[in-house]
Amino acid sequence: MYALREAINAFRRAPVLTGLSSAMVGLALFVVGLFGLAAYNLQLTLSAIEERVEIAVHLRDDARQSEIELAQSELAEIPEVRLVSYISKREALERARAELPDFSDLFNDLEVNPLPQSLEIELQPGDRSPESLEKISAAAMAYPFVEDALYGREWVDKLFTLRRIGAATTLALGSAFALVAALIIGTALRIAIFARREEIYVMRLVGAKKSFIRGPFLLEGAIAGLLGGLFAWGLTWGSYRSVYALLFEIAWIPPSWIFGGLVAGVLFGAAASALAIRRHLKEI
Amino acid sequence: MIKLTNVSKEYPKRGFALRDVSFHVKKGEFAFITGHSGSGKSTTMRLIHMADQPTDGEVRVTGYSSDKVTERDLWKVRRRVGIVFQDFRLLPGRTALENVAFVLEVTGTTPRSILPRAQKLLTQVGLAPKAGSLVHELSGGEQQRVAIARALANDPYLLLADEPTGNLDDRATRGVMDLFWDINATGMAVLMATHDLELVRRYPNARVFELDQGRLVYDSATG
Repeated sequence: MYALREAINAFRRAPVLTGLSSAMVGLALFVVGLFGLAAYNLQLTLSAIEERVEIAVHLRDDARQSEIELAQSELAEIPEVRLVSYISKREALERARAELPDFSDLFNDLEVNPLPQSLEIELQPGDRSPESLEKISAAAMAYPFVEDALYGREWVDKLFTLRRIGAATTLALGSAFALVAALIIGTALRIAIFARREEIYVMRLVGAKKSFIRGPFLLEGAIAGLLGGLFAWGLTWGSYRSVYALLFEIAWIPPSWIFGGLVAGVLFGAAASALAIRRHLKEI
Repeated sequence: MIKLTNVSKEYPKRGFALRDVSFHVKKGEFAFITGHSGSGKSTTMRLIHMADQPTDGEVRVTGYSSDKVTERDLWKVRRRVGIVFQDFRLLPGRTALENVAFVLEVTGTTPRSILPRAQKLLTQVGLAPKAGSLVHELSGGEQQRVAIARALANDPYLLLADEPTGNLDDRATRGVMDLFWDINATGMAVLMATHDLELVRRYPNARVFELDQGRLVYDSATG
């Protein structure tokens, strides 16, 4: 109770200093928030592209229906496979007509349908790696009535290389931004605590317990972190709306990320205060 | 109350601040530690307040020994030993009453009794009419009185005063000294460090220790 009252009093007594430290925490977390927004949208874009990764297994025209159905069910049992759909020659042609309207005349003039019947294999999310694609293609090619199994190997390889680069960059930049944010938060709260070193000195002088001294400062750090986090949330939301309205359509970061950011702000704030106050507690 | 036994204190850069000092201050005694600047007075006060550890020897204060006291116990020692300084060390931007109430609050006094007790302490040091004044609005003597009221907040057994009159004019000095004697009359031991021999001579009833270059060269009790 005392800790909470003192923490609130500290904000009242020095509103500019505590306001500035909250703003610094907020700006530091805002940079992390912007990065999160960019990283989340990059991840969504790559996932959307990845969704389109599938294997087209072309079947010979003389393949028997019973053999195709057996292959379909066997392939569907592979753990990485989500769905195996059969596409007849007629369906393939209809789809080609729908997807390529510029060539509709050409398709209408055909006397024989040149498109093969096929099995389309969709993979489970998270299992769309080149290795899985290779393994499932090889399994499909083992059937004698399969002519070819295509998934655009080069394209998939490039996509996954891009994804790895994206993940590594996100990790490196994210860590760097988080570290910079932690340093800024630490410095901001250090300044705020330095301004109150006399108070800490007097408390030690008159026999206040260390835990009693630390309490309000930890709470103050946590509150500054929370306020900074809310400020950063607002700024990131404003940036998101601006980009959405003026540049292009992007997605807003999920609530779990926002919650994580606020929790990180609170924890960073309390930890930075704990570190900063340690030095002053040793002075006497 | 206070017992120093063969106490030495050496600082890495400054060398010895105290060498083999032994003395004993009894309960209810009023004692001065005198000596020139750099003689070891403030070091002695720091050791008694347990803000520092001796390099050698033992400091015993109100039952706590420097050999055994841990960081966790320090707060207990500090509540038994009040201290005032030459530069008052009051919290700026707060009133006299708030400065005293602050101590009571951070040492766990029940909220309801904080203000009456702070008022009573200010009355004891003769500053009740200035309770609501910000400390920077007070004179040096008045600020020192606030510092004394703050030092008394925990009902200590012992009051340490490190050059408490160093920043005061003669009139304020007399007022503060009278106050120390009043406090001593209640049974509390007072140990005051001062370089002002003139001031010490005014109080022949007090015990006097003299330090010179870190050594105890005179104890009025033993001559």
